[in-house]
Amino acid sequence: MTADLPDILQSWFATRGWNPHRHQLAMLDAAQSGRSALLIAPTGGGKTLAGFLPSLTELISEDPLPAGLHTLYVSPLKALAVDIHRNLEQPIAEMALPIRAETRTGDTPQSKRVRQRKKPPHMLMTTPESLALLLSYEDAPEIFSSLRCVILDELHAIEDNKRGDLLSLGLSRLHALAPQARRVGLSATVAEPDRLRRWLSTTGHAKGVQLVLGEDGAEPDVKVLETRAEMPWSGHMGAHAVPEIYEQFKDGGTTLVFVNTRAQAEIVFQELWRLNEDKLRIALHHGSLAVEQRRKVEAAMVRGDLDAVVATSSLDLGVDWAAVDLVLQVGAPKGATRLLQRIGRANHQLDNPSKAVLVPANRFEVLECRAALDAIHAHTLDGIPERPGGLDVLAQHILGMACAGPVDRDALFAQVRTAGPFARLSREDFDDVFNFVGTGGYALGAYDRFKRLRENEDGLFEISSKTAIRDYRMNVGTIVEAPTLKVRMGRGRVLGEVEESFVNYLTAGDTFVFAGRLLEFVEVRETSVITRPGKGDAPAVPAYVGGRFPLSTHLADRVRTILSDPTTWKNLPKQVTEWLEVQRWRSLLPSREGLLVESFPRHDKHYLVAYCFEGRNAHQTLGMLLTRRMERAGLNPLGFVATDYVLGVWSTKSPENADLAALFSEDMLGDDLEEWMAESSMLKRTFRNVAVIAGLIQRRHPGEEKSRRQVTFNSDLIYDVLRSHEPNHVLLRATRADAASGLTDVRRLANMLARVKGQITHRHLDRVSPLAVPILLEIGRESVYGAAIDELLGESADELISEAMENIGTKELGFDAA
Amino acid sequence: MPPERETRRTTVPVTIGGQSIVLDHSGAAFLPETDDLLVADLHFEKGSAFAARGQAMLPPYDTAETLRRLEKVIARVKPARVICMGDTLHDLAGDARMSESDRNRLARLVGRQDWVWIAGNHDPAPPEGYGGTAAEELRVGDIVLRHDVERGAHSEIPAGVVIGHYHPKAAVRARGRRISGRCFATDGRLLILPAFGVFTGGLNAREPAIAGLLKGDFQVFMIGKNGLFGFRREQLIPDPKRAA
Repeated sequence: MTADLPDILQSWFATRGWNPHRHQLAMLDAAQSGRSALLIAPTGGGKTLAGFLPSLTELISEDPLPAGLHTLYVSPLKALAVDIHRNLEQPIAEMALPIRAETRTGDTPQSKRVRQRKKPPHMLMTTPESLALLLSYEDAPEIFSSLRCVILDELHAIEDNKRGDLLSLGLSRLHALAPQARRVGLSATVAEPDRLRRWLSTTGHAKGVQLVLGEDGAEPDVKVLETRAEMPWSGHMGAHAVPEIYEQFKDGGTTLVFVNTRAQAEIVFQELWRLNEDKLRIALHHGSLAVEQRRKVEAAMVRGDLDAVVATSSLDLGVDWAAVDLVLQVGAPKGATRLLQRIGRANHQLDNPSKAVLVPANRFEVLECRAALDAIHAHTLDGIPERPGGLDVLAQHILGMACAGPVDRDALFAQVRTAGPFARLSREDFDDVFNFVGTGGYALGAYDRFKRLRENEDGLFEISSKTAIRDYRMNVGTIVEAPTLKVRMGRGRVLGEVEESFVNYLTAGDTFVFAGRLLEFVEVRETSVITRPGKGDAPAVPAYVGGRFPLSTHLADRVRTILSDPTTWKNLPKQVTEWLEVQRWRSLLPSREGLLVESFPRHDKHYLVAYCFEGRNAHQTLGMLLTRRMERAGLNPLGFVATDYVLGVWSTKSPENADLAALFSEDMLGDDLEEWMAESSMLKRTFRNVAVIAGLIQRRHPGEEKSRRQVTFNSDLIYDVLRSHEPNHVLLRATRADAASGLTDVRRLANMLARVKGQITHRHLDRVSPLAVPILLEIGRESVYGAAIDELLGESADELISEAMENIGTKELGFDAA
Repeated sequence: MPPERETRRTTVPVTIGGQSIVLDHSGAAFLPETDDLLVADLHFEKGSAFAARGQAMLPPYDTAETLRRLEKVIARVKPARVICMGDTLHDLAGDARMSESDRNRLARLVGRQDWVWIAGNHDPAPPEGYGGTAAEELRVGDIVLRHDVERGAHSEIPAGVVIGHYHPKAAVRARGRRISGRCFATDGRLLILPAFGVFTGGLNAREPAIAGLLKGDFQVFMIGKNGLFGFRREQLIPDPKRAA
């Protein structure tokens, strides 16, 4: 097969002492027969070169060198695009090839961007958002007419989300502009390669895309840390194990320490420094830190200047480090696929095993880590339910296409259906979205005179104003960030960004840990949080939103299996088996298929604990629905708390004699769910994202803050009005689809209720069971989810009043309030 | 979920400048002595104002929804007179954008009892053809009703003033969450009404524009889902972003 490799490339491989990998040649073979291909290989298998090799071959073989754009490379990360560009420049320079490669991202200067459109390079490295912008220019057909290849990197990280929808729609447009271009997908190991093949194809069928598998590396060497400390009953930080973590990388070589949240990253980092007597070079990396800071850490890592990095999912993707010797996962992995990808960050030489250690943060997490280990040994990964493309993303794409030039509605519909996630889009949905873009799509037709898209005499739709084009370009993309403020040291250096909602909690003098330091909050000035070095060592830790993934269905299943079968406990630490043994003696062990529910009194309240193992999101939804039912049954529920494993509800009446089959029956997913979903703040947040992506409301941009009260709308108000006047509006449909597929995990809850039907075991106990301790400890620590706003307001007023009464006796509050 | 609490009230009587005023959960206020219902900042046709400028295509139902709420509170309170405290229309062209049916509904509503349009900054002239009387300000007993406070010197300082214009909202911390909503704000002499219109945004009561008008230890009544909740100034949390 090497015969197909041009001499110059063959000798380049030879001078480096390399032989092309089998999968690299297979990719070349696919390209030479004009086929699109998907390469699935672990990191470090020469995956990127495999993607570019066919393009280099084509450009070398064609004489004279063709002008115009030949290969487009799209990465979900700006930094990765830059890094790949740098890596590609090396062989180009070494072979003295006249090939021009450039990067185009949000950071590219305006003058260079203009030049790139006039005279495109042979190879362009970009992001999904920059591609969408390029496609919205009138000259897009000229730019892309010569395109021969599109390379999509880290496809596994983007395929099942809205950025993937946007990219896929961009590809459908590219296919119309350059039908000759083949597609190349590069992905880490996934459960269902055919999904990615369907996503890549223009027909919705996997067959059209050749699957190439990289060489399997050696089996990873993974252990679960057995702590010397007392295994915590609850909590997710893993701070108890920090001394042992430190020992791991003291003699483990360069270590990557993955954690699950940014708050956890700060704590683990802080604790490690406290122990760092050997002056190891330890760094911190998470998504809230200033970009320059993150780049510095990455560069130091590449140079081999660091002993360890504590990181969140901010390092799941991206720059390749050959030098990582050990990966630590602190806190439960939540899913087998993600864990495997993280472990794959260690030791990129394929013949050496990746080494990893899992560090559970509490007792339940020990079971989860064990389950993940079993999954890795059994080579089973997490399947993800397929979701149709977002209608909000489609709206953005339609507007973008109208910015590029007059749109033929029927042709655009046909084009959109060649995008994998939209292959089954109905004409009705398309028309509704199209009308939304044009006139808002309201039944009233009130805006027919203010059209955003106007039909011309040829029946094509043109954009009606420059404002609309500007708004599109300012708002492109599907990532809707929570509003953030910059964190500054004094009035100087920016350390990073925190969510506005976090800053709302701070009063002057409060301390918090950020960017590895203890900071004292001084004040908010404009869009910055002004801080100074804090004193003492008891910070109020940042409660960052997000960063938590729910337990995957696959791992949950394995956890239930372990729990139900004591013969599998031999691999568990003694503290954990003792805990389970006492549970077995005092109550019951949860079974694999059924549902164990315990109830018991404690102090003046009654508790009901359900061992569902369906993840936080599903449990929160269940908690909301269950408490409604309990209320109707007269049990007087007061609140609930949900973890990934368990749901706990407390009430004033004992559920001892409650009809659990009725309480947990499937029909709770009917009216109650509808009603709750419509009211819930979760749905309102989802709507906000949908409304921003679809272009109904504008993003906030830096510098516009002062006038934002005039131009931004409270999306909750729009949601309420739309819901009462046009409940079937396309954006509400898009919101419900998002909620059903992701946030609330309704589908998962439905499957569980169906599974446990007729298999619910209720144990009434005289006191708390061992297995119930962790959830009781969560009460008060977790903010109680779903309690009605009014109740919180009422309670807050009560608390404040009683506090005030204690201090000032019975003095009237306020002035004339009755 | 938990049992009803005593703190949940749908109306709260307060005294402004010696005169009793009932704050209503709908966002309106009621003067029991004169049987007047006060509503501020309806901002009719705010949604269409954006569409007309080629900006966002917001749902065109805000006028109808605001009217529905207005009809509801009028039917419940049955006042002798309704006083619109200004900014009834979002802009002067708003009247022309209003739908026929909304226009008829408004006309019917105005015809049902006495009606006063106080001039606002968005609508210095009252909407035409609906009836009612127009006024720059209105004196009821010892208090003055205006859209905004009077700037500059005033020869005779009234005992109490009720205004709209600022769209006050408040934010408090409750069990680890930040909760915000429209509110009434008062120091016993000045009462600022929340905006009644559905699409109207709000300004945090701790912002200088509002807090600066009120005496130090003012109080707000926040509109929750089913009730009004009272808080004192120091219980409120400001917005993190303050204007320079």
